[in-house]
Amino acid sequence: MGHHDRPYYASKETLWKTIWSWIYTVDHKKIGVMYLCAVLLMFFLGGVFAMALRAELWEPITNVTKQVQAEVQATDDAGRLVYENGAEVLVPVLNDDETPVLDADGEPKVEPKKNDAGQKVNAEGEPLGDPVMTPEVDADGNPVYEEVIEREGELFKGWTSESGTVNSNNVYNRLFSLHGTIMVFLFIIPAIPAALGNIFLPIMLGAKDVAFPKLNLGSWYIYIIGGLFAVYSLIAGGVETGWTFYTPYSTSTNWGSVTSMVLAAFILGFSSIFTGMNFIVTVHKLRVPGMGWFDMPLFIWALYATSIIQVLATPVVGITLLMLVFERTLGIGIFDPALGGDPVLYQHFFWFYSHPAVYIMILPGFGIVSELIAVHSHKRLFGYRAIAFSSIGIAAVSFLIWGHHMFTSESPSANVVFSALTFLVGLPTAIKVFNWTSSLYKASISWTTPMLYAAFFIFCFTIGGLTGPPLATLATDIHLHDTYFVVAHFHYVMMGGTVLAFLGGLHHWWPKFTGKMYNENWARLASILVFIGFNITFFTQFFLGTQGMPRRYATYVPEFELLHKISTFGSWVLAIAFLMHAVVFAFSLAGGRRAPRNPWGGLTLEWYADSPPVEHNFSHEPLLTHGPYDYDLVVPPGWDPADYPLPDPEAVARAHGH
Amino acid sequence: MTTAPISSGAELAAKREPHEDYVHQHHWRNAADEAEAAKFGMWLFLATEVLLFSGFFCAYAWGRMTHYGTWREASHAYLDWKIGAVNTVVLLLSSFTIVMAIRELQLARKWRAFVYLGITNLCAIFFLVAKIALEYLPKLQDKKLPGANFWYYNPHGTHDHLFMSVYWISTATHGVHVLIGVLVISWAMYWTARGRYGPKNFMFVENTGLYWHIVDVIWIFLFPMLYLV
Repeated sequence: MGHHDRPYYASKETLWKTIWSWIYTVDHKKIGVMYLCAVLLMFFLGGVFAMALRAELWEPITNVTKQVQAEVQATDDAGRLVYENGAEVLVPVLNDDETPVLDADGEPKVEPKKNDAGQKVNAEGEPLGDPVMTPEVDADGNPVYEEVIEREGELFKGWTSESGTVNSNNVYNRLFSLHGTIMVFLFIIPAIPAALGNIFLPIMLGAKDVAFPKLNLGSWYIYIIGGLFAVYSLIAGGVETGWTFYTPYSTSTNWGSVTSMVLAAFILGFSSIFTGMNFIVTVHKLRVPGMGWFDMPLFIWALYATSIIQVLATPVVGITLLMLVFERTLGIGIFDPALGGDPVLYQHFFWFYSHPAVYIMILPGFGIVSELIAVHSHKRLFGYRAIAFSSIGIAAVSFLIWGHHMFTSESPSANVVFSALTFLVGLPTAIKVFNWTSSLYKASISWTTPMLYAAFFIFCFTIGGLTGPPLATLATDIHLHDTYFVVAHFHYVMMGGTVLAFLGGLHHWWPKFTGKMYNENWARLASILVFIGFNITFFTQFFLGTQGMPRRYATYVPEFELLHKISTFGSWVLAIAFLMHAVVFAFSLAGGRRAPRNPWGGLTLEWYADSPPVEHNFSHEPLLTHGPYDYDLVVPPGWDPADYPLPDPEAVARAHGH
Repeated sequence: MTTAPISSGAELAAKREPHEDYVHQHHWRNAADEAEAAKFGMWLFLATEVLLFSGFFCAYAWGRMTHYGTWREASHAYLDWKIGAVNTVVLLLSSFTIVMAIRELQLARKWRAFVYLGITNLCAIFFLVAKIALEYLPKLQDKKLPGANFWYYNPHGTHDHLFMSVYWISTATHGVHVLIGVLVISWAMYWTARGRYGPKNFMFVENTGLYWHIVDVIWIFLFPMLYLV
């Protein structure tokens, strides 16, 4: 039985069989790896759009009024217009009887000599070329000036609209819309649950697979179909509605391919629903014997809470987007004010999903950070149950606060209720942050790349979280809404939160699912660069926002130039750092040291499996003898300080009483 | 369809059906866990179905609030409650027959189960045919179409087109669900006839039944909302 001792990704006898073993697999690890490749590709694509729009803001589209000297066509001494190959030839105008035509003063009338084709010709009979221009002067001989409006900074001059006219503002609109749509629907929602969650949820539960392996594969194919719709929309003109597809603009614009992009988001929703269903049932039914709910790793709790939101919220956005498609194709009019519909109704529908969806994005990140802190500080997590329940608490509250996206378009009384409910989210979130920081107290922290990311996460996410209350407060939100403050806030939560946690988790579990170690020092350098670049890019945007820079504008007044340029500079640092990560991973795959079973000294079940795991994860069903974070009771299994990738494993070993 | 007792060993071997040798999938510890998980997964899916239709119900509620008179008059003017009522009865009957089909499978009487599934499917097809022939096609001819395409020559109110939008998109989405039901029940009939389902393995049919009930329940809500308002 080969699958008991060979890695799950081992090649088959022929190349074709190997490829087939991937496209037809029901193994959650392979599906997770395929998801990982897909979401990383989408992260790259969304990142390219982000870089492009930041580059546009380096030198934004501006109308510059310039004084230029006016020009007129030069004439020679005889008053004839001069061209580059000679002056025009004036010939008399003749009557039918060959007598000259006279003007009012009795002089013969003259006209430029022309050839048979009607072109003016010079003395040699050649057609005249371009006119010679000369500066215009007034009667006193002083130069005459005129005002000309020039458009500067059109980085995307080559891009043309369907009607053939250049319109850089529309290019900018498409860039941020595509950045948002791809990052939200194709990267950040599936990134942690569908990729890392798929690989590790069953292993951490001690199971052989998820509950419904075929549905799992189906969800990947649905994701790919949705991705193809999105890529088609991108090629066929893109969208410029923003990722939220707000009506009435999204129902009335004929630009680009809104319908197919909305369908892409609709299809991707099913992929998300199926993953969520799978995880919920797996957690309920496939925990290894002896593993109670409070023996589960906190990553599983976070994925469980995420899955509840995926299952309960995604269908609502599904039907909303479907109604948007009906609106565009059949003109049903429910969101169309011209037909008696209500565009704000769309916003309610949309945010009823999309607010919970931001917790689909961040909750798995919370779960990863819990794992990273426990494993890399080698210490029992403080407040396990509080962290576990706070995930469920966030999932519950997430359904009650969608109205805070519409403070400027709904009734004042609704505003008060939604504002108050929004503050509730701060409670479970703060519980998590306080527990993490408490866990670090007196811990023997090893500053591996994953641990660095956990620390960066706490730093950035706390900033992101604490800039939420000004937006939840009605009075301040009226000032801050639709400014860069909002942009900075959600990037601190989504990128400073989810993306940093995702990268931390990727490094944490990389040795487990690839079987290779990466170069710790280069990865640490790259992670520090990510942190620096991220903060340069987005911290400036808080200032821009409070000073009144509105979001989604292709241009700005000169006062904002310095901050915008700093922000764009930060995006370059980020790009370099991400490329460094990619190179580190590539070197790891090509020639990395073989990963030991338990490189970090973790206690959860995936560290009992081989690196990489065999096809059914474990050779024998694991026997659960301790809790996930019992570092004060148990020496991590199969862990040898000599395996430790850092130069100072002795300190770590002492923490374990070696 | 008699269920005469099997007398000899040879006869037993000859009549042995696939469901008697059913083995659960490799990643489950036992068949009971697998069956419970399948049912649990189906209930989660049903929750997503309810939430999917919740969009239509919200759109309906919004229209009822903002265009109160229209909602009532358009229903009376354009929809015939008798057709809706007949279809409701037909769907309720089909929910009963699919439950009986599961019961017969649990008792290993596959041909009775097959007949019950068949009756369920006929009900579903009747529903679709009645819906299309008696409602959709006449409405298409009269241009009683959703939203901007509503060109009926004699409208009753100012926002009839919005009522018809809700009517069309909610009943059409429901109709697609009925159509999917027909396909799934046909699949269940085929494999019932081939002997795949029996007392040890009836979860596919049970889940089909659960799906069919939710399709029924959604119609139970759509019918009074649209036809009896």
